[in-house]
Amino acid sequence: MNASATPDAGPPAGPSGPVIDAAFVRRWLSAATNAVDREADRLTELDSAIGDADHGANLRRGFTAASAAVDKAPPDTPGGVLFLVGRQLISTVGGASGPLYGTLLRTAGKELGDGATAAPQELSAALRAGVEGVGRLGGAAPGDKTMLDALIPAVDALASALESGAGLVPALAAARIAANEGAQATVPLQARKGRASYLGPRSVGHQDPGATSAALLVSALCQVAEATDEESAA
Amino acid sequence: MSGQTVGVVLVSHSAAVAASVAELAVGLSGGGAAVAVRPAGGMPDGGLGTSAELIAAAVRSAESGAGVAVLVDLGSAVLTVKALLEDGELPDSARLVDAPFVEGAVAAVVTAGAGADLAAVVAAAEEAYTYRKV
Repeated sequence: MNASATPDAGPPAGPSGPVIDAAFVRRWLSAATNAVDREADRLTELDSAIGDADHGANLRRGFTAASAAVDKAPPDTPGGVLFLVGRQLISTVGGASGPLYGTLLRTAGKELGDGATAAPQELSAALRAGVEGVGRLGGAAPGDKTMLDALIPAVDALASALESGAGLVPALAAARIAANEGAQATVPLQARKGRASYLGPRSVGHQDPGATSAALLVSALCQVAEATDEESAA
Repeated sequence: MSGQTVGVVLVSHSAAVAASVAELAVGLSGGGAAVAVRPAGGMPDGGLGTSAELIAAAVRSAESGAGVAVLVDLGSAVLTVKALLEDGELPDSARLVDAPFVEGAVAAVVTAGAGADLAAVVAAAEEAYTYRKV
């Protein structure tokens, strides 16, 4: 643990893992933008099975715009970065995922307030508040074959891992597993929200694109925590 | 009566649908010419989708002091307007109306053109759901 010897290695790891500051959230934004860009075709393909075939392109446009906005005027708190990304998604995505993810991040950002860093438990509580905001906005319940089917298990896993004493990195790894399993578990479900719900039983057998992108975003968060942790331990 | 007229904003995934419904509602309403009816359809590049930017501009342009009734088609149009309202990015006087798009637009423009207040315009548009066709 001699992080101070390497000034470029990012913030030092605390006892519970990497420090969650504005730079941490910006690294997540960058990883998320890359993941969305890389997986855009797959998301659109999933969306062409049961939706209107624009999920990948919409998220790519939104995250690219959000990255540009944050680069242009970088907020100096983790809450500030999340809030700005949320706003950008609402204004640029053009599909339902814009207001939904936008509400998630904007609510989480507000919840974090203006602290320069956030404790893992604070991040966990803020993300839960954001996910609850998604539920209120869209009116979906677990099992409706939506992004909530990945997001709710993820925030549950994160909270319970932290509660049982895990550090940020293993807790986010648990959240990533829960999000991926939640997304895969949407395959046999019948959609009850959004355009896919018009398909009725024909929506069964397809993985929900929103749950899939939600798992990507959670996975990017875990990846950034792992990388930050390794760098500062190096 | 304040002398000001309630504005109406029509949000659709399609610019053509929003503009045509606006034209239809004004055309069918008689007094509708006095009402600020603003379409907010599609994406800024002309593609299908919902644009927060176009919605916010339409609401600002429809507001003359008596409030604005915002009618939406479906999906992201509903969610985008809700998200904008929740965060105070639309004027406080803007109201998301739970109404069928075409019938609600006609009812809203007719009622606004008759000089009714925002609550009455919203109620008239929402009542359009109760009109059965068969």
